Parts: sequence; C-alpha cells; structure tokens
Amino acid sequence: MSRIIGIDLGTTNSLVAYVDDKTGLPRVIPDAEGHALLPSVVSFTPAGIVVGEAAKRQLVRHPGSTVYSVKRFMGRGYEDVKDELCYFPFRVCAGEGPVRLQVNDREVTPPEVSAIILKSLRDRAETFFGEPVDKAVITVPAYFNDSQRQATRDAGRIAGLDVVRIVNEPTAASLAYGLQKLHEGVIAVYDLGGGTFDISILRVHDGIFEVLATNGNTHLGGDDFDRAVVLWLLDDIRERHGVYLGQDAEAMQELRLAAEAAKIRLSSAERTQLTIPFDAFTYHRDIARADLERLIGPLVERTLGPCRAALTDAGLTAADIEHVVLVGGSTRVPLVRARVQALFGKTPHSQLNPDEVVALGAAVQAQILAGGITNMLLLDVTPLSLGIETLGGIVSILIPRNTTIPTSAREMFTTSVDGQTVVDMHVLQGERELAKDCRSLARFDLRGIDPMPAGMPKIEVTFLIDANGILQVTATELRTGKAAAIEVRPTYGLSDGDVERMVEESFEYAEADVEARMLIEVRNEADTVMTHVRRALAQGGGLVDAEERRRIEAALAELAGARETTDRERIRDKTTELNRITEHLAELMMDAALRSALESRRAAELLEPK
Amino acid sequence: MDYFEVFGLPRRLAVDGAELQRRFYELSRRHHPDFHHGGSADEQAAALEVSARLNAAYRALRDPIARVEYLVRLEEGRDTREGATVKPKAPPELLAEMFEIQEALAEAKAADRLDDEARRTLRGQREHLRERHRAEEARLTGPLSEAWDAADVAGRPAIREAFKRSLATRAYLRTVIDDLGEALGEDQEEHVAHHRH
Repeated sequence: MSRIIGIDLGTTNSLVAYVDDKTGLPRVIPDAEGHALLPSVVSFTPAGIVVGEAAKRQLVRHPGSTVYSVKRFMGRGYEDVKDELCYFPFRVCAGEGPVRLQVNDREVTPPEVSAIILKSLRDRAETFFGEPVDKAVITVPAYFNDSQRQATRDAGRIAGLDVVRIVNEPTAASLAYGLQKLHEGVIAVYDLGGGTFDISILRVHDGIFEVLATNGNTHLGGDDFDRAVVLWLLDDIRERHGVYLGQDAEAMQELRLAAEAAKIRLSSAERTQLTIPFDAFTYHRDIARADLERLIGPLVERTLGPCRAALTDAGLTAADIEHVVLVGGSTRVPLVRARVQALFGKTPHSQLNPDEVVALGAAVQAQILAGGITNMLLLDVTPLSLGIETLGGIVSILIPRNTTIPTSAREMFTTSVDGQTVVDMHVLQGERELAKDCRSLARFDLRGIDPMPAGMPKIEVTFLIDANGILQVTATELRTGKAAAIEVRPTYGLSDGDVERMVEESFEYAEADVEARMLIEVRNEADTVMTHVRRALAQGGGLVDAEERRRIEAALAELAGARETTDRERIRDKTTELNRITEHLAELMMDAALRSALESRRAAELLEPK
Repeated sequence: MDYFEVFGLPRRLAVDGAELQRRFYELSRRHHPDFHHGGSADEQAAALEVSARLNAAYRALRDPIARVEYLVRLEEGRDTREGATVKPKAPPELLAEMFEIQEALAEAKAADRLDDEARRTLRGQREHLRERHRAEEARLTGPLSEAWDAADVAGRPAIREAFKRSLATRAYLRTVIDDLGEALGEDQEEHVAHHRH
C-alpha cells in the first residue's frame, strides 16, 4: 500500500499531515520555511500562478486576480452566492451550473482554484518524503452536501491526486483526539472555521467513533466576523474622514486584513489599535473586545440553533454530553468559547491546536485506510436527507439525515405513457417538503427502456451513499434483469469530461517555477516600498528641502523603471537604494509624529480641570 | 437475510440495546469498507453492500418504534423503504375532539394573529395530544410488543393489525401536533434549523 497523505482544505488556511511510522503519531508537514499553514489564496499574476503567503501579499495590490475563500464557492451556483459577491474583489460570471470566476482574461471554476492549493500541498509532501505522493484523504465540513463533496473530489483529481476518502472535519478532529485516548463517551465537536460551521455529536467507545448526529451551516465562519467588523469600520471612516471606501477594492482588502488581524489580537487583549495608511489619510481606530463582541454576537448565536437540533436528532440533551471539543481557528474567540460553555454547561477542551487538529485527523484516517491502524473505525452519517421529486413538486425522502453511511435505499420506477423509453428522476438534498426549497443534486435519465404499455416496465433504482457521503445511483430493469443505462446531469457539478479537460489544462497553467516566484517576491517588495514612499511624500514631503525631495523622486523613478524588467538583482538593489535615501525623511516624520502626540497630550493636560 | 438475522437475533421485539450495539460494532469492524480498502474491486464492492445493509439493519432495530414498523413490513413481505408503513388515521374515540381542533386550526389560519385566548386553547389541545401520542408509543413498545413476543403463529395476525392501527394513530397525532405548532408559530427548533437550507 502506497503512502496516503491527509489534507485539510480550509477556507482560510490549508494543511497537509501524515502519520509517522516510528511513533505512530500524526504530524503536520511544514514548508521549507517551517510554516505549517498554507493560506488558501491563489493569485494569477502575469508571471504565473502563486499560492499561499506569496499570493496573500498580492491581495491588496491585485485584488481582481487574487482568489481567497474559494471554499465558499465549491459546489455552488451563481444564484447561491450572488448576495455576498459585493464582498469579494474578483468577478463571478452569471449563468447556470457551477460558479465560474473571472480572473484576468480567463474563467476558472472553484475546483480548479482549489486544485492549485492541493497541488502546492502535494509538492510540499513530495519534497518532504523525497518521493511521489498520489493518494490523499481530504476533509470537508460535515454539513457539505453532495455537490460540495463532489467538487472537492474533482479538485483532488485536477491536482493529480486519487482522493481515497472525503472525511468530515469534526469527525477527523475526533479521530486525532481519540488517537491520544483523550476522551471516551459522548462528545460534541464544535467546529467553527474561516467559512463554515459544524456540530457533530459522537459516541466514542473502544476505538469506534460513531457519529450520532451532525448539523451546521456551510456559510458561517470567521470570514463573516471579519465582514461585520469591516462594515462597521466603513461607517466609522465615512463619519470621521468623509469618504466611503466600499467601492475601492484595494482599500477593502486592506480593511479586511486589518479587521482580521485586530480580531485575532482581541482574543488575547482587551483592546487593540488598528492603523491603516491610505493615500489621502492614515486611519486610526481603537477597538475594544466589547466592540467586537457586539458586532459578532448575532453570528455566534446562529451556531447555537444547529447545536440544539443535533442534540435533538441524537435523542440527547446537553447534560448527556461528557466532553465538548473545540476545533477551527474561530473557536479562539472568547465569546465563542463562552457561548459554547453556557450551552453545554461544561468547559470545552482544546488541548490540540485547533488549526491543525483536522489535518492530523485526516492523516489518522489515511493511516486506517492504508492498513496501518486497525483498532479505530469511524462510522459517520449523512448530514442531509436525500429524496426524489414526485408529482406536484413534493420531495419523497429516501434516506433521512443522520443515517449512518454507507447506506442505500431502493425505489421502483415505471413509465406513465405507452411506449415511453426514458424515465427522468430529480434527486435532491434537504429537509423541506417542496423540491424548490431543497438542494437540487442532479437529474438522472434512465434510458433504453423497451417500449411497453404504461406502468409495465419495472425499474429498480438503488441510491447508495458511500463512506465519503457521496451518492451513487444504479438501476436494473427487473423484467430483463439487465442494468439500465443512466445519464447523470449534475446541477452544480462538473462532468467527467470537464474534469479531464481541467486535468490537462492544469499542466499548462502549472504553478510558476521557482525563478518566476522569486521575481514576483522582489517585485512585491519593490511595490510595498514605493507605496510607502509615495505616501510619505504626500503626507510629509514638506519636511525635507527641495534638493532632498528631488533625490527621493529620482530614486523612486529608477526603482519604478527597474520593477518593469525581469532583472531580480537590479530591482533588489534599487529597492535598497530607495530605502536608504528615504531614511532621513522617515526619521523626520517619526519626530513630527512624536511631537504632535506630545503636544496633544500637553494640551489635554492643560484642558483637564484640576 | 432479514435485519434480525443480520445480527443473529430471533424475530422478537424485545431487544437488549447494549447487546445490539456490541454486535453492531463487532460486525462493523469486520465489514466496514475502511478495512477492505486494499482489497480487490469485488471485495470492496461486497464490503460496501454488506456495510450498507448492516447500517440499515441497526437503524431499523435500535429504536423500538422503528423496530415495530420494520417487523410489520417484514411480516407482510413488503420490501419498501422506511417510513412508508402506514397512512395516518384518526382514532375513533378522538373524532369529536379532532373536529374541534381542525375548526380551531382553520380559524387560526384565517386570523392574522392569534389572541391570547386562542393561543391558550391551541396550546392546551397540543399538550393533550402530546400526552395521547406518548401513551400510544408506550402501548406500542410495551404491552403490544410483549403480546407479539408471547403470541403463537395463530395469534400474530391480530397483533399485527393492532400494530398497524396504533402506528396509524401515532402518525395522525404527530401530524396534528405539528400543525398546531405551526399555527402557534412554535415550529420545533430542529425544523427551523433545517429550513435555513
């Protein structure tokens, strides 16, 4: 059995892990610089595609060609996401079928973007092991529907990976905890990540991890917290500086990244300062933890309904839960911990790093499949009811939610018109009675039925949900006993042909080679320095004499010229030169800032009543 | 192989939950596709099929009401899916009361919002029906199930019919309780949570 890696393909960050043969313990594989987390950001630059930290640095400068949080678009259609598109700087094409993103002059689908992230993790693992890696377990939110799971599997295929298992994130986390023998009994895993929320209730007993119920929201996470903060900052800026920055894509990215950083700092500090230098002014804002909690409070509340629903489905009450485990970066927010603690009435556990625990669990599941672990078994459930549309647009449930997988259901079909040779089935997922309110998965055409009087043919269709939570449909004509041909038309998925074409194309658009990446890095650095210098000249240009100003402008022009070449050394030298020449200006500006701070304090002291 | 045979159990309604779970875990360890990942395509397909059947069997037998529903289907030789066992039917002794409730429901639907008086009436009716629902379930899993296990072959058809009447009553009560909840705007939590998608 060849090596299988475990991948957490996250909204904000992705990771890859493996189980160490010597210790039997899962480990995260770091990149060359020792970083475990790969930011889930992909930038399509003229020099090539960059991923991770390098792509994240492109967000402010090239917002239109840098894609982040692509997981929110996986397995979805334009109608699903159009309301939140105003928050994203990249364009999404309107139309039927799966979402397509417009990046520069090409269209890409979310699985292709995810594939670039997966490919980067795969490269990381291959470098680490010094051998090819082509099999992976990839995690998804437990509440992901069939289309979203399929899209994830397609992303793996495009990245050249055989996805041997799709495993649910909260259950993967429970495996990582279970391996350490940390908790037995009935546990609740509360998993709040960058873009998705899951709650899973499990019974852990003697190596068996039986999921009793799961619930969640695939559109709720840390991204939404950041968004609430950004909207608040936009109002504040309009009030204090008289400008509305909501239409300025670059400013919006600056605000988003600053809001995210402030949110993170407020998990440990009671107050924090946020400073963003814009061209016309520098924005300062003092934020208290209470401000953040007021903004995100309603979002945190929205996680509690699914928790209660999962308890009800498991036939349990909060008092029956013996351990609560926190997973996902957003569970570092004190308000989240407090609300979870209040709901379940016990202190939640987070011994394992909430950013890494899902990837570690994926590695454990990979090791189980490889035959390296034989005393652990995960019995997961399907999160949503599966049904077919019947007369009048009513959904008839074939497999109820929270059924242990793999599972199957059989249904008889026949014809309604004499001589009919095709029968059409519409398969949906969801808990609503009407088909229009449920999630359309696919339409299946049963073909090649012998022409007979209406009602005579008897076609038995088997709906099987496999251990990945993915639907497989087969049909047999009972009279002849032969398999009926089925044509699948996925509502939001890619066809096999699409995926194959993308696998081929992915070689053309392969990640930029090391040379190109290094060029992008030095250009980034040059851009950053030039932006700072231009701002400094605009705000503090009067502090230096005309001669010094002329020299700075000349150095700036030289670097701008060099930046357009591909000569890395030259760009680096000119960047250093510009830095050196502006040191004096920077000092003067610092002094001026200090003086004005001192003066305002003195003024405040004078004004203060004795 | 029926679901009782899957677990090596006799066709009886008295099932020891802990023992059933133990056998389910043991069989899962043997047949789950995860432990046959390295096998041939045929072996993997077989593991998938056996495992799917095992999960369906556990689901049908672990809950005492689902167990009764499965037994009725099995006895009648019907291999239809879960939940499609009976049509909801009002119990005769509740007909008068049901007429009253349906009237109150119709009024509630016609009115824009409920006044406190109407609200109290609907709540009272719902509480009464909930009690009746609990009693019906207790009858199914208690005396009726015991009667089945004790009966000989000749006695079973009568009990089977009693099961069906009781299941139909239970299904009916469930529908009316849900309707009352909806009219009161107190749709149950789990519905609200799932309706979001």
